[in-house]
Amino acid sequence: MISSSFKKSIFTLLLLNLSLGNFFATESDNNTSYKSENEVYNPVPSIMHHISDAHEWHLWGEGDKSFSIPLPIILYTEGNFDIFMSSDFNHGHAKIIKDNRTYSVDHHGHISEDSGLSFIDFSITKNVASMLIGLLVLLLIFGISGLKAKNNKGAPSGVLSFLEPLILFVRDDIVKPNIGKNYNKYLPYLLTLFFFILVNNLLGLLPGSANVTGNIAITLVLSFITLLVTNFSGNKSYWGHIFNPPGVPLLLMPIMIPIEIVGIFTKPFALMIRLFANISAGHIIILSLISLIFMAQSGLGNLAAWSLSPVAVVFVLFMDLIEVLVAFLQAYIFTLLTSLFIGLATVDHH
Amino acid sequence: MDSMQLVTPAIGLMFWTVVIFVLLLILLKKFAWKPILKAVDDRNNSINDALSSAEKARSEMEQLSADNDKILNEARIQRDSIIKEARDIKNKTIADAKNKASIEAEKIISSAKEQIKNEKMKAMTELKNEIADISIQMAEKIIKTELKDAKSQKKLIEEDLKKQMN
Repeated sequence: MISSSFKKSIFTLLLLNLSLGNFFATESDNNTSYKSENEVYNPVPSIMHHISDAHEWHLWGEGDKSFSIPLPIILYTEGNFDIFMSSDFNHGHAKIIKDNRTYSVDHHGHISEDSGLSFIDFSITKNVASMLIGLLVLLLIFGISGLKAKNNKGAPSGVLSFLEPLILFVRDDIVKPNIGKNYNKYLPYLLTLFFFILVNNLLGLLPGSANVTGNIAITLVLSFITLLVTNFSGNKSYWGHIFNPPGVPLLLMPIMIPIEIVGIFTKPFALMIRLFANISAGHIIILSLISLIFMAQSGLGNLAAWSLSPVAVVFVLFMDLIEVLVAFLQAYIFTLLTSLFIGLATVDHH
Repeated sequence: MDSMQLVTPAIGLMFWTVVIFVLLLILLKKFAWKPILKAVDDRNNSINDALSSAEKARSEMEQLSADNDKILNEARIQRDSIIKEARDIKNKTIADAKNKASIEAEKIISSAKEQIKNEKMKAMTELKNEIADISIQMAEKIIKTELKDAKSQKKLIEEDLKKQMN
């Protein structure tokens, strides 16, 4: 009881001191295997919980007393769409019965079908909901900017005056130098890419938010689009470099051609890993620094935890500022490399 | 919770990412990128136009000020020549006036001289007449007194004769 009230006060302190950061650290789910009276608190389960996707938007509390925003669950099982709310599970106490299908959820949030039927999960998860918020934010700020640009022929004003330099930065410093004269065709895609990544990176820094751009499914989709765009715009000389590398002796061809083909996939693969790893790593570091307080409390006692918490808070604040930089940097790098790949695939050697 | 979950992409999430990204691309392309980039390009063009027309106006101004300078110079030259002319006229007028005046003065002086001469002659004549009258009267008186006795008459005649014979 003492330890739980201590944690509450720490949370209050963190809420007061921080404006940013994913510090809604839930306790490891009341599971004694993670924590016992004489064992040091293990932060891994709660950190993993925070950077993973979920079927509900968890805000605070634990177990039956936890507070979450319920999200719709959409399951495709044997030709049927089963749609219900995540709150219908009632913290895992209830089962959902749809015709012959019975769904239950374990304490990790994994959904299973009781008779072993396989299903595809199209749920509006926490990440999808966060992306939809990002979509609304983007449509709102750029919709207003677009209207302003249409109606006002003079100097940009309001939100447009903030966004226009960013748009022109993407156009003039990322896209134009890397793609060359045909850049106009790719500009809408690359601008959308940049601002999609940037806004989702920044939304991910808000307290209690989802880890969108640190999810491999999302970075996979983004880099797969890059793969498609790059290869569909590849010209003769691009494919020539892959299937008939210039200046390579005939004997080396059987080695070089497979290497070049693998190279088609390694470039977007690196994009996928880079964004996912950078954003997830930032979230893990921030959560680890917060967890230090609980580790000190469980291992060394309350006094150690209280004296460590200001240090942890300062470090978290510092990390949050770095994460703001990383949010811009990763959006920049993803867009830059995509433009570079497109530029390399479309470059005219003659 | 196994750690593989982190690097296992969920199909549903990929599906929604594609849907949201493509929707975003279509909507932003239509409602944001096109109007914003068009506005930027239009503004660039209008700035370029304004700059070139300003340049044109500047060269026109230069031309105009060069013309102005020319006109000013001409005006200055004309002014100088007018002043010079006026000065010449003034000098000439003064000289003419001086000449006329001196001629006139000479005329006046000469006529004055003439008059003075005439007056002098007249005065002299009158004086002579007067003197002759006075001399006669004096002579009368003297004669009257001198010829009171015979001796003095004789003496006078002699002296007279002597004079005349010389």
